[in-house]
Amino acid sequence: MKETLLSNCERDFLLQAIAEKKRLDGRQTYDYRKMKITFGTDYGCCFVDLGKTRVMAQVSCELVAPKESRPNEGIMFFNIELSPMASPTFEQGRQSELSVKLNRQLERCLRNSKCIDTESLCVVSGEKVWKIRVDVHVLNHDGNLMDVASIAAITALCHFRRPDVSIQGDEVTVYSPEERDPIPLSIYHMPISVSFSFFQQGTYLLVDPCEREERVMDGLLMIAMNKHREICSIQSSGGIMLLKEQVMRCSKIASVKVSEITELLIKALENDKKARKEGGRCGFAESMPQERITALKFEETSVEMTDVAERASDVVQGAEAPPLMVPSPVVPVPGVGQVGLGLQNTWGLEEEDDDEEEEAEECANRGEEGEEKVTKMEVERHKKDASREEDVVVLSDSEEEEVVVLHPETSAKTPNTAGPRSHQNGAATSKKRKKK
Amino acid sequence: MSSALRDRTGEVLLPGDEFSFDTDDTISLTGPVKPEKVVCGPGLRRSGDRLLVCKSGVLRHKPPNMFWMDSQQRRYVPAKGETIIGIVTVKSGDVFKVDFGGSEQASLSYLAFEGATKRNRPNVQVGDLVFSQFLLANQDMEPELVCVDSSGRANGMGVFGGGGLLFTVSLGLVRRLLTPHSEILSDLKQLFPCELVMGMNGRLWVKSCSLQQTLVISNLLQSCDTMTAQQRRELFRRVAQGAL
Repeated sequence: MKETLLSNCERDFLLQAIAEKKRLDGRQTYDYRKMKITFGTDYGCCFVDLGKTRVMAQVSCELVAPKESRPNEGIMFFNIELSPMASPTFEQGRQSELSVKLNRQLERCLRNSKCIDTESLCVVSGEKVWKIRVDVHVLNHDGNLMDVASIAAITALCHFRRPDVSIQGDEVTVYSPEERDPIPLSIYHMPISVSFSFFQQGTYLLVDPCEREERVMDGLLMIAMNKHREICSIQSSGGIMLLKEQVMRCSKIASVKVSEITELLIKALENDKKARKEGGRCGFAESMPQERITALKFEETSVEMTDVAERASDVVQGAEAPPLMVPSPVVPVPGVGQVGLGLQNTWGLEEEDDDEEEEAEECANRGEEGEEKVTKMEVERHKKDASREEDVVVLSDSEEEEVVVLHPETSAKTPNTAGPRSHQNGAATSKKRKKK
Repeated sequence: MSSALRDRTGEVLLPGDEFSFDTDDTISLTGPVKPEKVVCGPGLRRSGDRLLVCKSGVLRHKPPNMFWMDSQQRRYVPAKGETIIGIVTVKSGDVFKVDFGGSEQASLSYLAFEGATKRNRPNVQVGDLVFSQFLLANQDMEPELVCVDSSGRANGMGVFGGGGLLFTVSLGLVRRLLTPHSEILSDLKQLFPCELVMGMNGRLWVKSCSLQQTLVISNLLQSCDTMTAQQRRELFRRVAQGAL
C-alpha cells in the first residue's frame, strides 16, 4: 500500500512545533522514549519496545561448512524483516528501499565492528563451524527502527546460548541442552546505534525521532558506538550538509546515550539470568502487565454451573438413539448399493415412495437425526464421564477428518469390519458439524 | 424477543450469541396485540427468525426499540451520511481523490462545494484537509464524498486546517465525543478554548491559542481512549491545576 500522504496542515504544524523546540509527545531534544527489554523463554529471543515501536529478535545456530576464504571462522547472518503487521506501508515479500537500508546498516554495525569472536565459533577447521543467524522482526513501526533493531540484535546475541561441543580426536559430539549446559557466545563489545534527525537545513537536531517527525525531517545521521566510546559505524542519509562541529557534538551525545542504554541492557540481562536461576517464571507472557484496562471494562457475568451434569445426562437420555447402521450393502435397485446410516435414503429409488413429499420428509428426518446425533456428541464432550453408548468420539478440535475415532467394540450397531466405511460416516458427521 | 434483548442490555456479548423467539413466549388471545418491532443497529444481524450478534462488544438500547452493539475499533468502514476528515491526495481534472483511512480512496467532485461552478473552481490543493460527508458508501463501489448538504449549503463542510494538528483516535472515542451531552467535551471546554473538528473515521483536528495548548489537548484526547471516567476527570483536573 502506498504511504498515506502527510497533509500540509500536519507538516506545517510539526515544523512549527520544532521551530519552537517542542516535540509532539512532550519530550526534550535529547530524550529517548521509554525503553523496555523483555526476553522470551528460549535463549536468544528478546523483545524491545521504544515507545510504540516494537521489535523482536531471535538468534539461532547451526553447524555448516565454513567459507573457503576463512576456514577457521564462524559465519554470522543478519536479517531484518519488515512485516506488514508493523505498518500498512510495508508489503510482504517485496524488498523495499527501507528494508535494504536497514539490513545493510545492521550488518555494518555488528559484523564489521567484530563484536563477536568468530574464531571461537569454529569446531573443526575447514569442515564444521557454527553459523549464527539473527532474525529481527519489526512488529510495530513508530519511528527509529534502526536503533531498536540494533539494540534488539545485540541483546539477543548476549542472551543466546549455543550447544556445547567436545572434540575427541576425530569425533565431534554436540551435546543437547539437557546433557550439558549451553554456553554463551563470546562478545567483545556491544555496539548500539543512535539516530539523529535534522531539521531547518541541518541547524536543529532531534534524537530518537518518532514516525511523524521522520516524515518531515531533512536528513538522518546514524552513529553506532559502544560504551568504550569507540565508533563502530557512522552513516548520514538524506543528503544534508553537516558541519564538523555538528558531527562531533552528535558523537558526544551518542556516547552518553549509549552508556545509558548499555546499562539498561546489562541490567535486563542480569534480571533475566537471576529469574531463570531461581526457577522463577520467565518469558514473554510473564512480562505482560495484568489487570490493566485496555478497553472499556465490564464486570464478569456469572455463569450458572451448579447442575450442569444432571442437565447434561437428561439431555442425553432424552435424545433419540442414533439411527441403525447397516453392516453389509443393501441393494434396493440393481447397480446401487447402500451402506452406513439407517435404511432411509434420499435417492428416491424405491418405487413405493415416489412421492416428492415423502422424500422431503425423509431428508428432513435424516437431517434431524443427524442433528440430534451431533448435539448429543457435543454434550458428550462436556461430560467428564463420557458414556460409551456413542460410537464417535472426537479427540480434538482440529478440522481434519482423520481425528475422528470410532470404538468398534462399544455397540452392536457399529460393525467391526466397517472400518473405512465408518470412518467416512464419521467424516460425514464431522462435516455436518462444521456446516452448523 | 425484545424483552430478552432488554434483559441483556449492558452485557458483553460475543459473535455467535443469538436471540430467537422463545417457544414459551405467550401471546394473549384476549387483549390487543401489537406486533413488536425491533430495530437492529450495527453489530446485530437478522438471519431468518433469529437475531445474531456479529461484533463483540456491549449491547446498548435506546427506547423504544433500538438495539446495537457498541464495540472498539480503529479501522473505519465508510457509511452513508457520516462526516469525515479526509486528505486530498490526487487532483485530476474534475475529481479529487481523498484518503480517509479506508480500504480505498473516495472521490470528491469539484462541483460538490458551496458556490462552485465550472468557471468558479474551489481552491483545493493536494494535501489539504476536507471535512465532508459520504454520498455513496457501498462495499462494492468506490465511495463518493460531497462537501454540501442536500440543499446546496456548506453547513460547516469544506476545506480547512491551517495551524492545527491532526491525529487519530479510536472510532469509539469519536462517537463518545459526538453524543449530545458528551462529558469529555464539557470537561475539555473548561480547560482551554479550542477549535475541534471530529471526523467519524477516527481523525480529530485541534487548534488552540498556542502550540503548547494544542499539543496538550491532542495528548489528552489520545489518552482518554483507554481511561475510565474517573481517571479522566483526575487527569483533566491535574492539567487544569498545572496550567494555572
